[in-house]
Amino acid sequence: MRRRLFGIAGGLALALASSTSVLAQELTIFWAEWDPANYLQELVNEYEAETGVQVTVETTPWQDFQTKAFTEFNARGSAYDMVVGDSQWLGAASEAGHYVDLTDFFNEHNLGEVMAPATVKYYAEYPSDSGKYWAIPAEGDAVGWSYRKDWFEDPKEMEAFKAKYGYDLAPPKTWAELRDIAEFFHRPDENRYGIAIYTDNSYDGLVMGVENAMFSYGGELGDYANYKVDGIINSDKNVKALELYRELYTYTPPGWAKSFFVENNQAITENLAAMSMNYFAFFPALVNEASNPNAKVTGFFANPAGPDGDQYAALGGQGISVISYSENKEEAMKFLEWFIKDETQKRWAELGGYTASAAVLGSDEFQNATPYNKAFYETMFRVKDFWATPEYAELLIQMNQRIYPYITAGEGSAKESLDALAADWNETFKKYGR
Amino acid sequence: MTTLTMTRLDPQSRAARRGMSDISIRNLFIIPTILFLIIFNIFPLLYSLYYSFTDFRASTNAPANWVGLANYRELLNDPFIWTNFAITAKYVIVSVAGQVIVGFGVAMLLNRDIPFKGLITTLLLLPMMLSMAVVGLFWKLLYDPSFGIINYALGLGRFEWLSDPDMALYAVAITDIWMWSPFVMLLSLAGLSAVPKHLYEAAAIDRAGPLYTFFRITLPLVAPILMIAIIFRTMEAFKTFDIAYIMTSQPTTEMIAIRLYKMAFQEWQTGMSCAFAYIVLIMVVAITNIYVKYLNKVKER
Repeated sequence: MRRRLFGIAGGLALALASSTSVLAQELTIFWAEWDPANYLQELVNEYEAETGVQVTVETTPWQDFQTKAFTEFNARGSAYDMVVGDSQWLGAASEAGHYVDLTDFFNEHNLGEVMAPATVKYYAEYPSDSGKYWAIPAEGDAVGWSYRKDWFEDPKEMEAFKAKYGYDLAPPKTWAELRDIAEFFHRPDENRYGIAIYTDNSYDGLVMGVENAMFSYGGELGDYANYKVDGIINSDKNVKALELYRELYTYTPPGWAKSFFVENNQAITENLAAMSMNYFAFFPALVNEASNPNAKVTGFFANPAGPDGDQYAALGGQGISVISYSENKEEAMKFLEWFIKDETQKRWAELGGYTASAAVLGSDEFQNATPYNKAFYETMFRVKDFWATPEYAELLIQMNQRIYPYITAGEGSAKESLDALAADWNETFKKYGR
Repeated sequence: MTTLTMTRLDPQSRAARRGMSDISIRNLFIIPTILFLIIFNIFPLLYSLYYSFTDFRASTNAPANWVGLANYRELLNDPFIWTNFAITAKYVIVSVAGQVIVGFGVAMLLNRDIPFKGLITTLLLLPMMLSMAVVGLFWKLLYDPSFGIINYALGLGRFEWLSDPDMALYAVAITDIWMWSPFVMLLSLAGLSAVPKHLYEAAAIDRAGPLYTFFRITLPLVAPILMIAIIFRTMEAFKTFDIAYIMTSQPTTEMIAIRLYKMAFQEWQTGMSCAFAYIVLIMVVAITNIYVKYLNKVKER
């Protein structure tokens, strides 16, 4: 009796094992819960139609995306075959062996030139300038601006602006103009405010916002190859940029001390602000009349230039990586080969994804598809990013701790905050023997 | 000792007929609980104690290195951590004091014969039955400077409750007071209704004033149960995470639990955060001990 039971159990186990190997034609991609993930699901459905391999995009809310992804990596779980991970994760995930090295794949397909150079540098390569690649640029993203065309084009406003500042009211080309326009439209009595900027210090919101100013002022966060920060993060250019960001904060709507992409889109939809900073990924909602009553009068412009003509924006977006613990790595590589094809990238852009493919980005078809695609194209060749070292989270929290009180409450000075930050970062790098 | 005080098994019961002794029944009930405690409480507690002396990071495959007391030293020398502790202390004092005053006050009001007493008490208990996250999200809307009902009702214009670094912590404490005063009220009400009526009658015959009656009869007799409410609320307030995390991200509201969360799950400094958690644990145990000592003294009286 007992022997027969064993036989049955063994047979069952065998059947199960063989059925899983038949079902191995399934791939799971992990990403955060937002519109681009839905577009990706639509795209991969076409892959299934072509090859019969079923691909599922699994999502989780942004707030616990990082936590959930790394919990799975640390447990060496094989639940996900690929992940569309944040650019800052590259260091942590590659050093810990969570990501498969894609350098050969990258060189074989000449992706360094197929994809826009900035996306390769920040979404794929780690350490910087090492020629080692860990991801395929998937969703390009950067910070851009939306503005109220109806406010800007109101003849009365234009006249008053010209009288006050001596030049025509138009989407700003420089940060100085941005400041003037923010000041001009800031009218608390009328419940209208100048500008909406990022201030949320719980993850990378505020830092991304400040980066837009610093990079355009010609500043840098540090020497990423040598971990040098003295005189770089606390340079005069950065001090000026931070002072300007602090001033812009005074032109934001009331209670603007914890705002990120949701609030900044609300600033436009709820008639609160004249201009609003946000990732391009959130602009589709602004041209959709169902989600923005002001859709018809909303315009877009690229991040303005600094006093010396530098013009860079903070990078968002993600690359797609293969997870080392996946049981379907070969299948995943085949999928990536399909994903990088020009036709796929074109289709990806049509569905609403932000392709990083240089050819697609450069095409007229793409640039005229939406009111903001042109600004996106311009921006994607001028982006910079935060540190991607494994301890990036500590660097991020230290930066939040130092600059948030200055920006939102005017505590201390810009110079003091950045000097203190340089000291914090030096200490952290020393701790990890960088 | 325990076996002696146990009630004997009824010889007619099914368990006895199956030949189970008192001891085997005791084991049947206790061993699973003990095993559960060991696996889910004691073992992680000791395991994390070990990690608190290492530089372990859960985000990497690197082995944990023994660093001795370095984590504790670094934490206790970090000015930001001390700010977190100061903020937490301020929050605990404001929030628990507020809950005791409001909760005990409402309990005094309810401790008399009024119509619909049961219904009113039940309705007052509703806030503490809500989820913390939901309360946080709702109060964030109530506090909103542009359309929030609080500014509208109080005529405060565009007062920034949550964006003002000096006000944000009090705004969170007010929410906590709203939510948990009913808990203090419930326990106080139980204590108040247990005060023998004849004591008040005796006080009335002796012509004692209302204040004298309150401080010499009501308060001392309710004190033990009120202390229990305070212990619970202090421990909870010390660990506050959800409400503050949801409502505001001001550095002036970054309590230890929030800092600990960031350290453990955003920075992945697992070893360091274990040490931090131990420091918090020791503090909570110490504070609770002081309370319990005081509670015993109150009970003796």
